[in-house]
Amino acid sequence: MQSLGDALGLALSLVLSGDPDLFEIVALSLQVSLTATAVACLIGLPVGALVAIGRFRGRGAVLIVMNALMGLPPVVVGLLVYLHLSRSGPLGFLGLLYTPTAMIIAQTILIAPIVAALSRQVLEDLHAEYAEQFRSLCLTRLQTVQALLWDARYSLLTVGLAGFGRAVAEVGAVIIVGGNIDHLTRVMTTAIALETSKGDLALALALGVILLVIALGVNAAVQSVRMTATRQAYV
Amino acid sequence: MFESPVIPETQALPGSSLMPLTVKGLRLELGGAKVLNALDLALPPAGCTMIMGPNGAGKSLLLKLLHGLMPPTSGTIDWAGTPAAQATKQQALVFQKPVLLRRSVAANVDFVLKTRGKDQAERNTLLDHVGLLHKAKQPARLLSGGEAQRLALARALASDPEVLFLDEPTASLDPASVLAIEAIVKEAKARGVRIIFVTHDMGQARRMADDVVFLHGGRVIEHSPAERFFPEPQSQAARDYLNGRIVV
Repeated sequence: MQSLGDALGLALSLVLSGDPDLFEIVALSLQVSLTATAVACLIGLPVGALVAIGRFRGRGAVLIVMNALMGLPPVVVGLLVYLHLSRSGPLGFLGLLYTPTAMIIAQTILIAPIVAALSRQVLEDLHAEYAEQFRSLCLTRLQTVQALLWDARYSLLTVGLAGFGRAVAEVGAVIIVGGNIDHLTRVMTTAIALETSKGDLALALALGVILLVIALGVNAAVQSVRMTATRQAYV
Repeated sequence: MFESPVIPETQALPGSSLMPLTVKGLRLELGGAKVLNALDLALPPAGCTMIMGPNGAGKSLLLKLLHGLMPPTSGTIDWAGTPAAQATKQQALVFQKPVLLRRSVAANVDFVLKTRGKDQAERNTLLDHVGLLHKAKQPARLLSGGEAQRLALARALASDPEVLFLDEPTASLDPASVLAIEAIVKEAKARGVRIIFVTHDMGQARRMADDVVFLHGGRVIEHSPAERFFPEPQSQAARDYLNGRIVV
């Protein structure tokens, strides 16, 4: 068992030497999580907007379900996706199990409710401000949704960031549907879990450091965009 | 005891498909309270009608009802045969606190032009008209109060309304901004736009009004031409209001 200091030293040398295995894992993690975030936003933002402006029977129940789905347990999602994509499952013919696509599907299911629920709150607040003006302009529902999504774009960046954060840090679902196969479906979180269980803390720590740096970098970028937008009163 | 409202006769206005306006038995209850009560009103086809009255008289709510933004509890609003809810698209409303989109000045006007299917080339003409062309690229929400209200007016005029409602658009603006807004409204009126204006500003009302509707307690207490309303208000409530006394 390495000491923490040794492990950190090894981690740093792996990062600085540009270890190809390490960067393959990082690249796949980003590919899977960014794709899942983009798909989840494509689904979650319009859903959040429609619920934000809609007044319909059962809306309260929809809100409760949306909020509850934010806490979906990753292993349960992983298991459900596994059951659907396994050879004997209804979507088994697609042959997606143990592929990055399966991991994207699982992460999308995990974060789409987060995007929908958080964007609903952001857009509902904005709609409360705009509603009378929009009614005065006789906007259609589609025009209202488009206008709200555009005007809340900087606040919604933070929503997307929350989704990405959840996706890139998630391990339970992707390990079930991806299988943590070397050079195929191994991502940062599953590699950290594996290397830690093997006692190889260097790679685990290196990946952990990169994960933190990515999280900090993405947050800094979004914060910077938001600060610029705030200065222009666009938030 | 309030005097019966004096209602000018209405007549058809050539060019305006929405006039005359006839309101009958309008009632509005909010949370069990009667806000507007059996309100009757008939507006002349052209010009600028000032709606005046003490706070809580129901002026802003009357504007929203006339504009079709909310349904009355009972009663009818008839814009030359068109119900209020169907006349909204041919009208525009400028709120006391302008609601500006989180976009540039130009994009705020573009938004209305686009929703009306109009040529966006009109944008610069409109911004020039309200003296904001030089600020076209600036964020709208960084404009001063007077500029923001002029942008709201430009946006309202971008929809080419037949009727323009103004709900205390100059409240809390400096005198120069007030006169700038009034000049734009007068130009719109000269082009045939029917103006319905809520204000507490006596000077503004005297400068702008062709006729005055005086509301109190959710009723029209008095409706008369401006030249008669200000020197000879017919009701005690209007006299008290014009003299700065609390209206009871």
